[in-house]
Amino acid sequence: MKKRDIVAMILAGGQGSRLGVFTQNIAKPAVPFGGRYRIIDFTLSNCSNSGIYTLGVLTQYMPMELHTHIGVGSPWDLDRLNGGVFILPPHQKASGAIWYQGTADAVYQNIPFVEAYKPNHVLVLSGDHIYKMDYNELITFHKKKGAQCTIAVKDVPLSEASRFGIMDTNEDLSIYKFEEKPRHPTSTKASMGIYVFDWSFLKEALMEDAENPNSEHDFGKNIIPMLLESGGKLYAYPFNGYWKDVGTVESLWEANMDLLSEEDELNLGDPTWRIFSLAQGRPAQYIGNEAKIQNSIVVDGCEIHGEVIHSVLSTNVKIEKNAKVIDSVIMPDVYIGENVIVNKAIVGSNAVLRKNSVVGNGRKIVAVGLYEEVKTGIVAN
Amino acid sequence: MLKKCMGVINLDENEDMILELARNRILASIPIAGRYRVIDFILSSMSNAGIENVGIFSKMACRSLTDHLGDGRPWDLNRRVEGIRVFNFSTLEPRVDDVYSFANNIEYFERSAQEYLLLTSSYMICNIDFNEVMDFHQQSGNDVTIVYKHVDDASDNFFLCEMLNLDEDGYVEGIGRNTGTNSEANICMEMYLMKKALFIDILTECVTSGRFRKIKNAVYNSLNRYKVRGFEYKGYLSCINSLHAYYMASMELLNIRVHKQLFLDERPIYTKTTTEIPAKYLDGNVVKNSMIGNGAIIEGSVKNSILFRKVHVGKGASVNNSIIFQGAVVGDGSKLNSIIVDKYVDIEPGKELKGDKNMPFVVNKRRELIREV
Repeated sequence: MKKRDIVAMILAGGQGSRLGVFTQNIAKPAVPFGGRYRIIDFTLSNCSNSGIYTLGVLTQYMPMELHTHIGVGSPWDLDRLNGGVFILPPHQKASGAIWYQGTADAVYQNIPFVEAYKPNHVLVLSGDHIYKMDYNELITFHKKKGAQCTIAVKDVPLSEASRFGIMDTNEDLSIYKFEEKPRHPTSTKASMGIYVFDWSFLKEALMEDAENPNSEHDFGKNIIPMLLESGGKLYAYPFNGYWKDVGTVESLWEANMDLLSEEDELNLGDPTWRIFSLAQGRPAQYIGNEAKIQNSIVVDGCEIHGEVIHSVLSTNVKIEKNAKVIDSVIMPDVYIGENVIVNKAIVGSNAVLRKNSVVGNGRKIVAVGLYEEVKTGIVAN
Repeated sequence: MLKKCMGVINLDENEDMILELARNRILASIPIAGRYRVIDFILSSMSNAGIENVGIFSKMACRSLTDHLGDGRPWDLNRRVEGIRVFNFSTLEPRVDDVYSFANNIEYFERSAQEYLLLTSSYMICNIDFNEVMDFHQQSGNDVTIVYKHVDDASDNFFLCEMLNLDEDGYVEGIGRNTGTNSEANICMEMYLMKKALFIDILTECVTSGRFRKIKNAVYNSLNRYKVRGFEYKGYLSCINSLHAYYMASMELLNIRVHKQLFLDERPIYTKTTTEIPAKYLDGNVVKNSMIGNGAIIEGSVKNSILFRKVHVGKGASVNNSIIFQGAVVGDGSKLNSIIVDKYVDIEPGKELKGDKNMPFVVNKRRELIREV
């Protein structure tokens, strides 16, 4: 196979249990986002825009929708003659069949895939972050520092630092300490879960980790501390752009709402860095005579007769007369009947809100699951 | 499914009455209904029926069309064998002569594996199940089946469309043109289903006898020789043969009930897709009874209008009864009424433009000598 400088491995197999009802039946990277995207579109588009055309997507938990979405990769220009996007689920081997035991194990089990391209560097990415990043800049930094591993970091407020993996760095940005969710953080550089490794270095580490029966085979918990301990050259690459881990219902809601803010830090419309997705061939959105839409985003296939305030509507959402949707995220194919009020909620795909029902009261974010039916008059809270 | 039938889309349509929109493109690639092109409807109907071999006979200047068609993937027509093919007419005007072009490509017809051939135009906007046409064709043992729609508004619509005069048994007795004198008419949808062998026979005869330069004229003049019957289509139909008709059909699609007759869940209309961002409705927007494409940014008022992808309506601007093509910008405070704005046109802030309800005013693209957008 043709040699590649960089091969990307996208971790997309985790359960994402903190997203509750939204990941009951689908993998987190396949959760709809921002009206017409799915979460993994950001990572796939970043790869494509960065000119990285050889990547593996490691899947395990509820992968059907994710696999269908990625297909052969053509929406992201990842259906390539030499390379492209490959879905890598756990598989049976002569030695037996085991699930991916952790993020590191998932890559470990696919060493032959990476090896086939004889890459100099391997990019390890998460399939569940909302951000735009040119990976070339990260890799250039990595090479310039002569690093063996570089971890992208983002400055977070000290008060929030204990939620993240935190790096302590020297002045030249080399890392001397890494702590996963520290109780008393001593730095504000949070790991973004984006790593670039020299392949030979990573391969050795993965093989060593695989031998360790006490390891959880996780990049953050095991691989990085092990590399630091053994004196590896690890650097932190500071990233200043928009970045959001949408691992919880709250953060998923917030990231959607960020698209409506005036600053619009993510800037989806930037023509030089498009976020691609599998397009649905639906008719143009129809806005009826009695509709009223304020500060919202709406996509193809929607039919709106009610009121929409500060909300994100996805493909094929139908909102009947006198319904009111406020501060909410409506996923694809949702039906919202007459007089329904939705206030600060995320409504999952294909949910049906029958007429006169009320969802949410504007305080805590309410989650309505996929295919859930809310009948007349019931307050879901 | 119609794997045994090939589709031939004959883009010999008369563009004289829609020149304003057909200056930079052929009729088949005129944008319509917020995100489609005219040809999407016939292509989707063919694809939904399972036709996998489609030949498009187009004019010479069809960059816009070939750009739109690509490899045919949006219509699932990027097939390993066959799929979509575009043939260019020669310098001859296809309105007058399509035999020449078909005859020049006779090998395409001969080598195609299909038993049947469906010859159509593109400007009949409809969503038809060709399986039903085929069933009718086979059951009634016709030589040629022509699709028509019985309408009761022929005095106002379908002006100059061909119409079928049928006898009691549904046989075609003659083909005339609708001049609007009667309200009832059987509008000919210019869709002809026949055995491929018959098509080749007719084509060969046209060439050798020299009597006809149009295939359909050869059919129309052989009504005694062949069994030619009409198949009645009952769904939505409009014919985009003039600017007036284009505008009326567009406005009619703003009626959600009409809209739903054309855009069916069971037979979707496909088109080339882009990854455009969602449409943004910002402070100050008022949108009523309108179709909006993705990527639109709306800060003004939009009523009874169609906005294609990436249209920007500025603050305080008002767009009424208008159609705005992709990427056009309506400047702050501009007022448009009954206007069609072509792709990527900038309407300066504060401009007031007004067309007539029956005859919209078209703001054309800037014409450049070298570039054709």
